Amino acid sequence: MSWLISPRRLRQLGVLGMNQRNIEYIAGHNDRRLFPLVDDKLKTKELAIDAGLSVPKLVGVIRYQHEIRSIKAMLHSQPAFCIKPSKGSGGKGILVIHDHDDQQYFKPNNQALTLTDIMRHTSNILAGLFSLGGQPDKAIIEDLIHFDDQFINYSFEGVPDIRIIVFRGFPVMAMMRLSTATSDGKANLHQGAVGVGIDITTGYASHAVQFDRPVTHHPDTEMPLSEIRIPDWRQLLYMAAHCYEMSGLGYLGVDIVLDARKGPMLLELNARPGLAIQIANHQGLSHRLSDVSALDEHALSPDERVAYVQQHFQDSTA
Amino acid sequence: MQDKIPYYLLVTLLIAVGFGSAIYRHINLDIPWLPGETREVWRVEARLEFTADGDAIVAQMAIPESHPGFTLLEQATASPGYGLSYLTEEKRPAVRWSTQQASGKQVLYYRAQFLLDDKQEASWPPSPDISEPPILPDPISLAAGRLIEQAKKQSANQITMAAQLINGLRSDDQQVQLLKQDRSLAAAALILMQLAEIPAREVTAIRLKHNRRNQDSLPYLMVYAEDQVAFFNLTNGKEGRPERLLIWEMEDQPLIDLEGGHNTRVSFSMLREVVPVQKALEQKYRDVSAMQVSLHSLPQEEQQMFRGLLLIPVGVMVVMIIRVLVGLRTSGTFMPVLIALALMQTSLGAGLAGFVLVVVTGLVVRGYLSRLNLLLVARISAVIIVVILLTATFSVIAYNLRIVEGLNIIFFPMIIIAWTIERMSLLWEEEGGEEVMKQGGGSLFVALLAYLVMSNGYIQHLTFNFPGLQLVLLALILILGSYTGYRLIELVRFSPFASRSQEPPK
Repeated sequence: MSWLISPRRLRQLGVLGMNQRNIEYIAGHNDRRLFPLVDDKLKTKELAIDAGLSVPKLVGVIRYQHEIRSIKAMLHSQPAFCIKPSKGSGGKGILVIHDHDDQQYFKPNNQALTLTDIMRHTSNILAGLFSLGGQPDKAIIEDLIHFDDQFINYSFEGVPDIRIIVFRGFPVMAMMRLSTATSDGKANLHQGAVGVGIDITTGYASHAVQFDRPVTHHPDTEMPLSEIRIPDWRQLLYMAAHCYEMSGLGYLGVDIVLDARKGPMLLELNARPGLAIQIANHQGLSHRLSDVSALDEHALSPDERVAYVQQHFQDSTA
Repeated sequence: MQDKIPYYLLVTLLIAVGFGSAIYRHINLDIPWLPGETREVWRVEARLEFTADGDAIVAQMAIPESHPGFTLLEQATASPGYGLSYLTEEKRPAVRWSTQQASGKQVLYYRAQFLLDDKQEASWPPSPDISEPPILPDPISLAAGRLIEQAKKQSANQITMAAQLINGLRSDDQQVQLLKQDRSLAAAALILMQLAEIPAREVTAIRLKHNRRNQDSLPYLMVYAEDQVAFFNLTNGKEGRPERLLIWEMEDQPLIDLEGGHNTRVSFSMLREVVPVQKALEQKYRDVSAMQVSLHSLPQEEQQMFRGLLLIPVGVMVVMIIRVLVGLRTSGTFMPVLIALALMQTSLGAGLAGFVLVVVTGLVVRGYLSRLNLLLVARISAVIIVVILLTATFSVIAYNLRIVEGLNIIFFPMIIIAWTIERMSLLWEEEGGEEVMKQGGGSLFVALLAYLVMSNGYIQHLTFNFPGLQLVLLALILILGSYTGYRLIELVRFSPFASRSQEPPK
């Protein structure tokens, strides 16, 4: 495999570049005014609840420094949880605790943290250490997802999630993100998570990628990635398609987790979804995006849009 | 497409105005495109020497002005004991020395600096009226008439005729000798010009030659013909104005007008200085009208500041190119420009070493601070103070080790460095040292690149002397801002696609 590809070839394959994504899709279809809705996870959560989408249970919100002292009580009855900055980006500042005894809090890799560590982390979140532009933030404490047993061996320490790119209400491309030892349990590709391309019509895995390079097996668990099948795939697509009406954003990344008991839940929305999904699917976005541009999305209901996608966007490499 | 038209218009306009103003400045203000060009500045000193009669003295000496080929930059006199006045508003500019009483040998100096300047816009004084020729004895006027008759036949216009007349004057012909009797060649020539009705005047000139002393002035004949002038050397009759011929006096007047003294003698000494164009222009445009307003008219210190300021857009441009066309990530969008600016104040090696030293030490200190469980603002404030203490310490150590460059470390923007340390430290905790090296290295690389571009002599010359080019930069940035093509690193990033078959995907 050569380490370089000509721009002509990339254009031919319809691979979307960063500049084009920024100018034509993010600036062109995402109204700046709507960004706070998705940049603030708490707002997204409220929005999703209003729209009737299921979301992970909110344990509590810490808005002010003095509330941090009450965190121990808040966490007491919550054996597994995660603390997130409400305005965080790129998975920064997310602390996952899968068990605790009010003294020691265990991360998924069984590293023990003290209550002071938890409080300091929360304080950092409030001070804006992890938020965009360093603005003051809120800390959200959420119930930890109990992910589906069938994926237990596909993920190292973290929760796998499914990222679906939704363009003008059409789910155009999807991938599953599996955390690895390198990514420290986080599902962000640039931190070393594995991205598994998911055929948008079937929910079956196609290709996979880690650090922008193809892989076939999970680097930690050695599981063959091509055997992934996502259950209730249509439901995930509906959920993603609904997020368009909910958020008003034309170019959107929808992150969904699969909870063993409660089914697919909306985790967060992203107004600036990354481009690695193309490598994971071994497929460029541009052609699909321009197909969708030719349609009038307002004339179609989310169901109809999902139907259109499942009919038209067959995985050409399968 | 419709809404793109104003954008294209704007970009075209910016580029046109930017280049237009640069070309205007090049042509009209003589600002060269390239640095390193030099101009000659001549220091000329006129030495007036005479013997005073013991009474009141008034000495008036013609002084030169800017004229085609020369721009007067500065003038001064040295004349202890004499009252001085410049008569520059007169038709005939002069300097006048006066004193109540003096005796013995007197020496007065007048000094002027001239820029050899082919863009000088002053024009020659208008042609003189043709005055009535003096009444000459018959044989002489006959000879003169013959000479004029002959010259007329061999010439096409007034200048060639003047040339013929002066040639004729130099021949050994007996009648011509008659004409020159009791007269200098200059006086004879002037009479001939009057008889032939050719407007002409006698001017005093000096040939500028480097490091000469005790030079005499040369009489030249300046002949007008319609819109041009020609010069004739009256000592040897040669036509033409040699290069570096400074016309000292051009109003048909004697150089010196002295009351109360005798034995006058004027001699000149001259010295050439080769100065950078920059300096020459600074002097030339020191007090010009707003039309030609230029950064050169600012005080030196402010000029220096603008020099730096005008370079920032270039640095920003470098960052733009790296981010948009190449796709390299840096920590803090324009931090590299600030580092580059700081590097310009220090020397490169010392600057880089100092920067790395401060950041690394800062990281160590920050590592300890993170254990104290502080608020973000407090932590950054603490880092700022530590950074300042560090720079102070390093400066003192460097100074005591006789490393003078070490002192320049204070030019680094402390707050920016503190934030850099904070970000890198977080990056270290979250993503590990490798990412810190990557982003820190990327920032330093871009800073280095920006530094190389910004410290380039040509770039500095262009940005400072042609501020209009900033508009061109602005236009380029607008163009880059709408570039939707691939970034260089994306060609590597998406290279797995190279294995895909050629068939068009659906």
